[in-house]
Amino acid sequence: MTSENASSVEITALGKYYNSFHALKNINLSIPAGKVTCLIGPSGSGKSTLLRCINFLEEYQEGAVEIDGQVIGLESVGGRKMSARRLREMRRSIGMVFQQFNLWPHMTAQQNVAEALVQVQGLSKAEAARKAAAALQKVGLGDKTESFPNRLSGGQQQRVAIARAVAMEPKLMLFDEPTSALDPELVGEVLTVIKDLASEGMTMVIVTHEMGFAAHVADQVAFLEAGELVSCAPPAEIFRNPSDARIKAFLETYHARNQF
Amino acid sequence: MDIDLFVQYGPILLCGLLNTVLCWIVGAAGGVALGFVIAVAMYYGPRPLRYVLRGYIEVIRGTPFLIQLFILYYGGPNIGLRLDPVPAGILGLIIYGSPYYAEIFRAGLQAVPRGMIEAGRAMAMSEGTILRRITLPILMVSSVPPLTNFSIILTKETAILSIVTVPELLYQVQTMSAETFAYMEAMFALALFYWGFVEVISWAGRKLELKTNAFLSKELSA
Ligand SMILES: Nc1ncnc2c1ncn2[C@@H]1O[C@H](COP(=O)(O)OP(=O)(O)OP(=O)(O)O)[C@@H](O)[C@H]1O
Ligand SMILES: [Mg+2]
Repeated sequence: MTSENASSVEITALGKYYNSFHALKNINLSIPAGKVTCLIGPSGSGKSTLLRCINFLEEYQEGAVEIDGQVIGLESVGGRKMSARRLREMRRSIGMVFQQFNLWPHMTAQQNVAEALVQVQGLSKAEAARKAAAALQKVGLGDKTESFPNRLSGGQQQRVAIARAVAMEPKLMLFDEPTSALDPELVGEVLTVIKDLASEGMTMVIVTHEMGFAAHVADQVAFLEAGELVSCAPPAEIFRNPSDARIKAFLETYHARNQF
Repeated sequence: MDIDLFVQYGPILLCGLLNTVLCWIVGAAGGVALGFVIAVAMYYGPRPLRYVLRGYIEVIRGTPFLIQLFILYYGGPNIGLRLDPVPAGILGLIIYGSPYYAEIFRAGLQAVPRGMIEAGRAMAMSEGTILRRITLPILMVSSVPPLTNFSIILTKETAILSIVTVPELLYQVQTMSAETFAYMEAMFALALFYWGFVEVISWAGRKLELKTNAFLSKELSA
């Protein structure tokens, strides 16, 4: 895939503090355009924090995240914060899907998807509605356009949230544990949608606890622990032949838990 | 009980009721508006402004409406604020209600799930758009029940306007009982009027709640 519809992300010497707590320590990670990168690691290791630094929902204090060569959030590496307008411009090509869906409760599924098309992209209401309906159709919710979020199952809500992000035609999609809040029987429908998206060639970064899914869909898997990037390698290497004892231990706990 | 009395004083009582309703509507609407502005200013404004508004809330909430109205109506002329009884009464209600309404909106703002605002940011919306299209609608929905509740309390505070000679319900009823010595009838009628008034408001509040509840997600309505 060309970089025309997929972004590359370059993370260099990234450091992030919550007050005095050092949440991310000297992270260096390349996310190639059009590829799927999965972030795994124990709870509290900094996966969400790293993901949220990529669209600057979290500010970082050291190093930089560059999207297609442009530092996000700062005017330059180590520089001042960029203007809100410039940040919004950069965010227009980055989609995000949250663990808790975060749909807007006062809007129908279709309105949720159409909202930013009107408010951010400036489409007419009719055009946005048409595009929203098509996006919902694509995630298998063509018959739920008029439903409010509280009338949808968790899996359906997450698919609306994915449609909402994808309708903006992002070049980079960020997923933060998209299936962790779902009942087990609903996980499959959401993972299928994400897998289909991956085959379309946009760049994706996925924080997940679904190791089978990561092994199947990822081009590279990054393992974090205690704010450090322990390793980033193809899934075969991470899952079959982990070089680091910490990864081995993590996977053993994971497998042990999934035996019940 | 003398029913003829009510026929005879009907027009005066009706006039009193209308004044009560008028003062309440304008007072409550103004209080909601002022409370909303205070809450938004406290939420988004700079720290010094927040302290000033917090002080205002504490002082108004900490003093009786009776005394506030007295100061406004009888003390106002000293600083050049000369108001007729009805405008003074309405302004008094607005000031008295505003901190309670402000606290309702402030709590509502804090209860808007952070993730819904972050979803807006991640979708490249400006803070203004997020406030207008996401935060405020969610806030309005969650605020309906407490707003109705305080507005009902405010109906009964309107009776205090009689002390600055606003010809509202209590004032008219006092006129009637002074002229006819029918104190029991008068007080009975008064209670009945307020009760009916409150029932209408709480019915309207429930209607509004039902309408907004359709949009509420489970976690918000819990
Ligand atoms: N807003 C915050 N303020 C202070 N500390 C925070 C904040 N957010 C996260 N942390 C801390 O930063 C560390 C990393 O958190 P993060 O949410 O990135 O972990 P995670 O890997 O996503 O975990 P999980 O798998 O449980 O979602 C944790 O120790 C957490 O307690
Ligand atoms: Mg997380």
